[in-house]
Amino acid sequence: MIRLLAVPLLFVASLAAGAEFSTLLPQQSSITFVSKQMNVPVEGSFRKFTAQISVDPAKPETGKASIEIDLASIDTGNTDADEEVAGKAWFDTKNNPAASFTSESINNIGKGQYQVSGKLTIKGKTLDTRAPFTLKQAGGVLLIEGTFPLKRLDFNIGSGIWGDTSVVADEVQIRFGLAVAAKK
Amino acid sequence: MTDRYTRTAVTLHWIIALLIFTAFPLGVYMHDLPLSPDKLRLYSWHKWTGVTIFLLALLRVSWRSTHRPPPLLASMPQWEKFAAHAVHYLLYVLILAIPLSGWLMSSAKGVQTVWFGVLPLPDLVSKNKELGDSLKAVHESLNFLMFGLVIAHVGAALKHQFIDHDETLAQMLPFLGNKS
Repeated sequence: MIRLLAVPLLFVASLAAGAEFSTLLPQQSSITFVSKQMNVPVEGSFRKFTAQISVDPAKPETGKASIEIDLASIDTGNTDADEEVAGKAWFDTKNNPAASFTSESINNIGKGQYQVSGKLTIKGKTLDTRAPFTLKQAGGVLLIEGTFPLKRLDFNIGSGIWGDTSVVADEVQIRFGLAVAAKK
Repeated sequence: MTDRYTRTAVTLHWIIALLIFTAFPLGVYMHDLPLSPDKLRLYSWHKWTGVTIFLLALLRVSWRSTHRPPPLLASMPQWEKFAAHAVHYLLYVLILAIPLSGWLMSSAKGVQTVWFGVLPLPDLVSKNKELGDSLKAVHESLNFLMFGLVIAHVGAALKHQFIDHDETLAQMLPFLGNKS
């Protein structure tokens, strides 16, 4: 009985001792978004992104993350829209192929939630951005999940005729689920 | 005195006809437009019109099932009676099936239908590209079928009015009055 317990206890102990999670598992990670078109929520995603993350679930406040998203890898669920949003009025992916986020600080905001603050750069514009997230650990994988609102017009995403927010709302919900494995 | 459709049936018939004459050309026009805010607006209006037609069609069909329409004129040859019943029956099916196929297509394409931007209709199927493309083909085919049937329906009504000079159209258009 003691032996049976000993193995999981040792495992837990090793995690508590400050295991660092830093290897992104792209297959299990996702960055999706929900925009509102004519008041209809429509989901999309980015297929390609990279992330340098180091988080110790015992001390999340010391964690660091920088994420880079390949904007041309967008999947809006509609081929015409995929082409449209690559254009000048939207992401202008020719001149701005990537969006990036670099964390500056992480705070415990209670109820098992943390908040990361940092700089988000899209289309040449950098703004302070904050996002709440939670940490879940399962099978040697740490899952970092959160949702935050982004105002697309702050970054000139969808300008010109698309600036009409009665058709495409200004606020877009960004959801991230980053699966990170322990450092090897 | 001509036996007529009930006032409710007449009202529903003409409102649905008007909405179909709005939604159909809108659908034909909008789908080839380059993506723009106007295109998204038109798609929404088309869907809202379709949902409205669907609800009115439900009323119309349930009213029809409890209120017998006036019999076709005894003067009509047998083949005409058969054709009239067949076209009417198919049109009843289509005013339900076409909006339904559009609603399902919208869901399969990952865009929920929200009536007037306020009332969300449930997604009865989940997002699936192949299913979305098939439903689009179904929606279009049913519309072409309806297009043909509406031409036959309107043509027949005009024939009764202007060639046969009978009361058929007056059964659905009370202000034409009683000819007999």
